[in-house]
Amino acid sequence: MSAVLKIENLTKSFLLHQQAGARIPVFESLNAEVGAGEAVAVTGPSGRGKSSLLKLVYGTYRANAGAIRVLSGTDWTDVVTAAPRDVIELRRDVIGYVTQFLRVIPRVPAEMVVAEPMMDRGIAEEQALARARMLLERLNIPKRLWHLSPMTFSGGEQQRVNIARGFAAHFPILLLDEPTASLDTENRNRVLELIAEAQGQGSAILAVFHDENERRRACSRSIRLD
Amino acid sequence: MSVLLSAENVSKFYGTRAGCRDVSFELWPGEVLAIVGESGSGKTTLLRCLSGHLPASSGKVRYTMRDGRNVALDEMSEAERRLLMRTDWGFVHQDARDGLRMGVSAGANVGERMMAVGERHYGHIRATATDWLKRVEIPEDRIDDSPWSYSGGMRQRLQIARNLVTSPRLVFMDEPTGGLDVSVQARLLDLIRGLVKRLDLAAIVVTHDLAVARLLSSRMMVMQQGQVIEQGLTDQILEDPQAPYTQLLVSSVLQV
Repeated sequence: MSAVLKIENLTKSFLLHQQAGARIPVFESLNAEVGAGEAVAVTGPSGRGKSSLLKLVYGTYRANAGAIRVLSGTDWTDVVTAAPRDVIELRRDVIGYVTQFLRVIPRVPAEMVVAEPMMDRGIAEEQALARARMLLERLNIPKRLWHLSPMTFSGGEQQRVNIARGFAAHFPILLLDEPTASLDTENRNRVLELIAEAQGQGSAILAVFHDENERRRACSRSIRLD
Repeated sequence: MSVLLSAENVSKFYGTRAGCRDVSFELWPGEVLAIVGESGSGKTTLLRCLSGHLPASSGKVRYTMRDGRNVALDEMSEAERRLLMRTDWGFVHQDARDGLRMGVSAGANVGERMMAVGERHYGHIRATATDWLKRVEIPEDRIDDSPWSYSGGMRQRLQIARNLVTSPRLVFMDEPTGGLDVSVQARLLDLIRGLVKRLDLAAIVVTHDLAVARLLSSRMMVMQQGQVIEQGLTDQILEDPQAPYTQLLVSSVLQV
């Protein structure tokens, strides 16, 4: 499998100016690669930077040193040094990121929340909505909720709307941060199916799973942080 | 695609005191940039320099016109600059009274911008004004009322309709939700977000409210004492702020 994500000598620490300049190291000189169609788990004890690693790849956290090279078409882009507008483009076309938390925007209906990443790529509204509804159905969101803002949904429903959104468009690289946490068995299986499908379509997956069985089911190897 | 607006070392001095100092950035079509900082940090001064309301003491602001020419604001003729402000740019003021003509009806406020770009057909002006009032959720039967009879939130939505009717490519907003009730703010923000996305507008939004910046912008600049101390992706600045002042700003937001 040819690598589409290369993490090279990545170093991250947090410097807290408001707390007497305390420095919290996360990891040092981390190296890793993920190939197309490969699912890799990030493991390690709590607080060792599993989520931080995903956020670094997505560009939400800033690295202190090292490189995060992402294959976009035939070009490699280093997320660490890329201009914000290039990272925004990568997020639209290349890197998807799914957490268990939905950022609710008041008054935007659930089906629109899911369709948005597709429409951002220029897919026609009707087509985007059709796929959005299919995903909502697969994730057992009742039809009567599709036209409503997820504002008033339960935590589990919001989480599933966010997962539908995360899998709506095809991403060559998918970052998953505990996507199945706190879901029931039925919905957990649905999410694992979606992950397998994305992988089958060639997505490179970097995932944090709380549950060891799920991790084994979804991922073929792991990167351990400790 | 080319850069829409660029600032190169823009400074504005009031006597010896700097309102803003050495600000440089590029804005591309369709991008929303938030400028945040506390009051007195120079963000409104910067916005006024960028939008040609205030001449910069030094530095250049350049804009790419619809015909592709890249022109420095201070090298434009007065007529050219006025036309730009009436057509390709919008400016949403914090106080809607500064952006509206309070003496004429709501419909006339929208129609006036159309007439400024040469629209003369009354029926067409009226129909377009009605359509825009609908888009900003103002009931049709309020079109002939004076903005004085409007609530704060309605006035702000009217100001947005007035600005967007000429299909600008760039809108400047100065604390667009400042002074409004929280529930009214949410509705307005959602409306602005939707319009910006649908019309592929570029916008520069000045705000002291980080939640507003998060909802509307993809990029952010943080100002303190007239200088930009940090800039980058909005989520990156809010979740991993680097500068001491930005960390203070982000950690000062109350969690609800």
